[in-house]
Order: sequence, then structure tokens, then C-alpha cells
Amino acid sequence: MQLCLLMAGGVMVLIACDTLLPKAQLDHDLLDGPIGELTPEQNALFLEGDRGFNDEIFTPATGLGPIFVASSCGSCHAGDGKGHPFTTLTRFGQTDETGNQFLHLGGPQLQNRGIPGHTAEAIPAGATMSKFMPPANTGLGLLGALSDAQLLARADPEDRDGDGISGVVNWIDAPHFFKPQWFHQALNGKYIGRFGKKAAAIDLLHQTVNAYKQDMGITSEFDPEDPINYAVSGQAGDVAPDPEVASSTVNAVVFYLRTLRVPIQRNVSDAGVIAGKQVFTKTGCAGCHTPAWTTPKSDIAVLSNQTFAPYTDLLLHDMGKDLDDGYTEGTAKTSEWRTPPLWGLGLSKNSQGGNVFLLHDGRARSIDAAIRLHGGEGAKSRDTYSQLTASDRDNLLQFLDSL
Amino acid sequence: MMRYLLYLFLGLVTRSVLAQTDSTSANPAAFEELFGRDTTLRPGSQQLKLNMDATYDRPFLTMGKLPVSVGGYLEANTQYMQTNGITEGLSFQMRRMTIFLASTINRRLKFLSEIEFEDGTKEINIEFAAMDLELHPLLNLRGGIIMNPIGSFNQNHDGPKWEFVDRPLSSTQIIPSTWSNVGFGIYGKMYKKDWVWAYEAYLTNGFDDQIITNNQNRTFLPATKANADRFEESFNGVPLITIKTALKRRKWAEIGLSWMGGVYNKFQDDGLVLDKRRRVDVFALDFNSTLPTRTVINGELVWARIDVSSSYSQQFGRQQRGGWVDIVQPVLRRRILGWNTAVLNVALRVERVDYNVDTFAETGESIADELWSIVPAISFRPSPTTVIRANYRYQWDTDLLGNPPARTAGFQIGFSTYF
Repeated sequence: MQLCLLMAGGVMVLIACDTLLPKAQLDHDLLDGPIGELTPEQNALFLEGDRGFNDEIFTPATGLGPIFVASSCGSCHAGDGKGHPFTTLTRFGQTDETGNQFLHLGGPQLQNRGIPGHTAEAIPAGATMSKFMPPANTGLGLLGALSDAQLLARADPEDRDGDGISGVVNWIDAPHFFKPQWFHQALNGKYIGRFGKKAAAIDLLHQTVNAYKQDMGITSEFDPEDPINYAVSGQAGDVAPDPEVASSTVNAVVFYLRTLRVPIQRNVSDAGVIAGKQVFTKTGCAGCHTPAWTTPKSDIAVLSNQTFAPYTDLLLHDMGKDLDDGYTEGTAKTSEWRTPPLWGLGLSKNSQGGNVFLLHDGRARSIDAAIRLHGGEGAKSRDTYSQLTASDRDNLLQFLDSL
Repeated sequence: MMRYLLYLFLGLVTRSVLAQTDSTSANPAAFEELFGRDTTLRPGSQQLKLNMDATYDRPFLTMGKLPVSVGGYLEANTQYMQTNGITEGLSFQMRRMTIFLASTINRRLKFLSEIEFEDGTKEINIEFAAMDLELHPLLNLRGGIIMNPIGSFNQNHDGPKWEFVDRPLSSTQIIPSTWSNVGFGIYGKMYKKDWVWAYEAYLTNGFDDQIITNNQNRTFLPATKANADRFEESFNGVPLITIKTALKRRKWAEIGLSWMGGVYNKFQDDGLVLDKRRRVDVFALDFNSTLPTRTVINGELVWARIDVSSSYSQQFGRQQRGGWVDIVQPVLRRRILGWNTAVLNVALRVERVDYNVDTFAETGESIADELWSIVPAISFRPSPTTVIRANYRYQWDTDLLGNPPARTAGFQIGFSTYF
């Protein structure tokens, strides 16, 4: 009897011992989770989208490929964070605003992997290319809720204020399934892009449908064609019935992306972080990495009238010849890149395998290296950064790492 | 199918029980032996047993000598697990109920089957159904559905034999235990003084390409078990070869070496070439020993090599490795609560699985995709054939890229018993 009591007591002690169970990560160390308070219906849709994004693994039987880059959304965005060189995308075939001249040879994206029995795609001769590091997914809903008018108000194509920073929008041919909202503006049938390295996706549905097709070789009702390896034949060779992902899943994933939380800044009261924020403004970084935006009314209540700090202006800027890969999208020039949001920058290593791979192709292995690789419209700020005292530079890096 | 199995089971149980009742009324000692106090797997008889002998080393085969023997085992548990602070709450799990049917058709001709119901009736499998024909102690024929002798756990997997609720991870995630297939082969055993040597060699149906085209997003050999056709026809017409040899010295230790290999992909269909032949090879080393302190050390190491097309994703590992070590220490052996041969054990399992032993082509850095786990345990055996066990598990799962591991921990309390 004593033995039984001893065993039972021991087990109870173990169960009661909360310290033996792993604790939840702190909110500010996480990128996943919903933004604000969603309704129960929205929570259910968010979870459905979460499953579609992070848990749905495509196989050849369910439509993967036949040529592809990754087998799930989550493969490229671990924990909804930035990607890794392993899942870097390669785009090719467009050098100016006249469009992609290699669509008939598999452009705009290279599918560098093939399901068993299928040959992976290769860059066609004569095509220029650029590598794109998958971005973090956080806060996309707020960026998508901004109006075109707000973006155009930030643009300064002629640099009328003389600060050396222009900033232009990317005008994109809308896909057939794009439904303009009240805040979209058209110009000659084109709409303003705001997602992607070149701001080539107009909204998150556009981005998501493209990713299903170009990254995973997954057809949907929005885009029912598999990617084709034209070096092999004009047929995809995929035997999975189309569409390979349901519209309801695509829409749930879009809702998930729209309602993912924003990163929470860390160490906000550290003296270095506070000082670094001032250096950030002083060096002119904020000229492109806009610290604050406020959303107008949105169809999702939690996205309406929100002031947030993404540190991007969503505009294209000439970044100089060192970052000019000779490839572009939409009306952007090859040297122009959309200002990447800096929020979540300090959490990059948590999704990039303990390292950091920054700039559009991950070539910068530290925040310092990324700043020093700025050119073109960023050259002035880069030079200012180089001339900072060691203390100011450390404070700036601390601030950026806190985002 | 379910109904048929149920009728068959009930019929055989009825017959068996009636037979037992008749015999016990005439022989109370036999009744006592069968239902009474002691169903010990006697230590003396164990000293020459190998992991390979697990199939015929089960209590139901030692309790009575009936035309048809019926037995089985049951495993159930409750668990509370938490991953990075998030829990799905308390769950109750009916891991498996397994029914054994066996018959000694002739002194040298035996039949044994093992039908398993996993997670309720979510999975129903014939894990073993084979005829054994002895020609010579060193040459026996076995045919039917056999358990491939790879490692130790695949054959020696009965729940009541273990102090842990979960099966060893490398034995279920790399070796797809319980891994059984249709085929035939030979086996034999030789004794010399304190030494025992044995071998097994089989040709069976094998793997299919689901090992690299599955929803686990990694090379995952157990995914092939979804191919129910493997009991009907080979996926590619090339047999899987499994060979094991084991050596044991009485009162010292047993060591086993095994290999299983074959082609896993459909390289041609209707005479047309689809791909090159791609192999999967699994090597295992198993060992166990009981120290003078009655401490039992049991373990298994496994390596797998898979020929994956270079154009396919590096996400699907070309090499895997893993292993586990169990240490079980009896701390109390005496009459407890009327149980004459009760034993209280403390135990510890340490295990690791590396699903992808490779480096990224893009960075030259190691691919992670691995886990570590440590499982301290307490078990109480009122009888050697029944175990009540409490486990605490702490596990680190690292993703492909080597990001901070997901930490899972929790408690499991369960039981398993032969019947």
C-alpha cells in the first residue's frame, strides 16, 4: 500500500511540476499568431489558413510539381519568418518594362527541382536572372490595407524635395481574378503592386496564387496551368487532377496572411535602442524605411485605422549597380527594389537557421553588411552610416536588431 | 472484413476457453498455472533467447498446449504533452490491441499470426501470418507475411515487454516498425556451450516511392506502409532482401547485425523505362545485456541510405541515422499487494533521429531535421506479462534549417498486458 501511495504521489508531483513542461515563447520572439482580437468565425478561418500554409505538404499525388521549388508554403517561411538560401527563388527573363521575353521558355520563375522522374528546369540561354530570398509574412494585412493614394503620396519620382530619394510605384498588369477594392487605382489598366521584392503582386491573393503555381507547381481555379519545363516538352506531365488546391484553401491562406500579427519590437527601453532610433532618422534611413503608417477602413475590422511601424514605403528605389542583377518585373527598372519592411529584422536568425541572409538574395550576412551594400538612392545614407562614430553605429544596429 | 475477423476471433476464443475449462476441471494445477499467480517468462528459459525469437517467445504459447492457441496483448495510455507552451490537453489513447493465433500443425510445422488493431480500428493489419517448417535446426523455412528482421525492435515489439509508452523513435521513424511483408526465407539457430548463433534471410515485397513522396516533407520510410497493395504485388518487381545474424553469450550479451535493401521506385512500367533503379538500404546494429546488478541495457542503432534523384529536393534526405538506448533497473522485487513476482523498475531511454545527414548545396552547412529525446520512466510489473508505466518525455525537434528546436515535454501513464 505504501508503495502504491509512493508511486501515485510521485506521479502527482511530476504532473503538478509545471517547470518540467516547456514554456511558451515570449510574444515578442514570435512571428506567428493572429493580429489582435479576431471574431470566432475569423479565428476558425485563420486556423484553416494556418493549416493550409504550414501543414499542407504537397506530394506528386496531390499535385506537387512536376517542377517546383518547395513542397509547402511553410518550407520557405519557417515560423512565418524569412527564408533560407535553400528555398531562394530564381526569377529570369525580363530586363525592362516591355515585359518578360522568356515566358515561352518557362519565365518568370525557375523551378529548380523536379518530382521523381522529372527533370528540373534550367535558366534558358540568354536570360538574365535574380535570386529572391523569401520574405517574412508578418503584418502583410496592414500593408495590404493601405490605400494606393497613400502610396502615391509618398512617391517622388522626380525627387522634387531634393533629398536624393525618389520612390516610384510599380504598375502591374492585373491577373484576371483580381478584384479592385475601393482603395485601388488603375492606370492604363495596370494597378500598383506592393508585395514581393519588385512589388510585382498587387494584393495577397495575387501573391498567393503565384506562389502556389510558381513555387510549388500547384494549380488552382485562379490559375489552372502547371509550370512547364519547356526544355523537355510543352506539356507539364503532371497527372494530379486540377485544380490541385481548393479555392477555399487559397482564400483561407490569404485570410491567414492578412491577419498574421505584426512583430513586436524588443528591448524598447534600452538606451542603445532609443539612441539608435534617433540615429536611424539622422542618417536618412527613414527616407525609404517609413516608420509609421495608418490604415484606412478595412473589410477586416482589426485592420482598420491601425497605426503601425513596418519601416517600408512600399515604393521602388534605385539601389545602385551593385544590386542590379539585370532582371526586373512590372515597370520597375533592374536596379530598382521595393523597400523591404524592417520589422522582424532581429528575428531573422530564428527562421534562417541561426544565421542571417539579408537583402533581396540573402547576400548580406549581417545588418551591417546589408547597410554597406546600399547604393543608388541609398548611397547617401550608407555613406553617413560609414562615418558614424562606433557608438552611434552600435546603437543603430541595436535598434535595427530590436525590430 | 472486420465482422469476419470478429467472428473468427470469438469462435476461436470460445473454443479455446472451453478447452481450457475442461482441462482445468480435471487438473486444478493446470488451472492455477494458466490463470493463477505466475505467468512469468522464466529467466532460465530466457538465457538462450534472441531478439529473433520474439515471435515465438510469447506467454500464450507457453501457457497451454492446445491445438490452437489464442492470445494477444493490449496497450493503452493517457498523455499530457506540451510543445513550446501549447498543449492539446489530456488525451486517452488505445494504442493497439493485438491478437495472436497459433497452431502447432506438426511437431516441426507451426503456424502463427498476429493481427493488430491500432488506434482503435484506425488501422487493422496482419503483422505476421507465417508457416514455419523445420528441416534442420539450422535450416527452417518460413513463408507468408513475415516481419523483416531488421534491428531488434521490429520483431521484438510487443508492448508488455517495454517500460516505455512510446515505441523507440528511430525504430518507427527510420525502420518502419512494425514492418512486415509477404515473402519467404530461411532461418536457423545453433547452440554451442554458452553461445548461441542464429540467422534469418528473407525475400519479400518491399518499399515504394512514397518513402520520398509523402506528406511528412522528408524521407520517411514508414510512409510506404500506406501502400496496402504490397501484400498483393511488389511495387516494382524487385524483392527486398533482409538478412540478420545474431550472436549471444549466455549471461553476457546479445549482438545483432542486420541489413535490408532493395529498389524502391517504379523504374519501368509496361516495359517502358521511367527512371533508373533507385535503392534503399537499411543497416542496423542491436544489442542487449543484463548486468550482474540485473540492470538491463538494450539498444539499437540504424543507418539508412536512399538514392534520391539529384533534381529532387534536398529536403528528402539521402542518409538517415538514429538510435536508442534503454536502461532498466529493477529496484524492488518482492510480493506486493498479493502479487508474488511483482517488480518495480526505474528506466531511462535516450534516443535520437537524424532524418537528413547531409549539407545544403547552397551554403555548405549541415542540414538539421533531427530530434533528441530523453524519457525517464517508472514501471510496475505485478506480473512479468503486465506492465503499468509512467513516463516523462522531453524532446527537441529541430527543423531542416536548424532553427531553434521545438521543445515538447509531457507525461504518459499507461499499461500493457498480454492476455
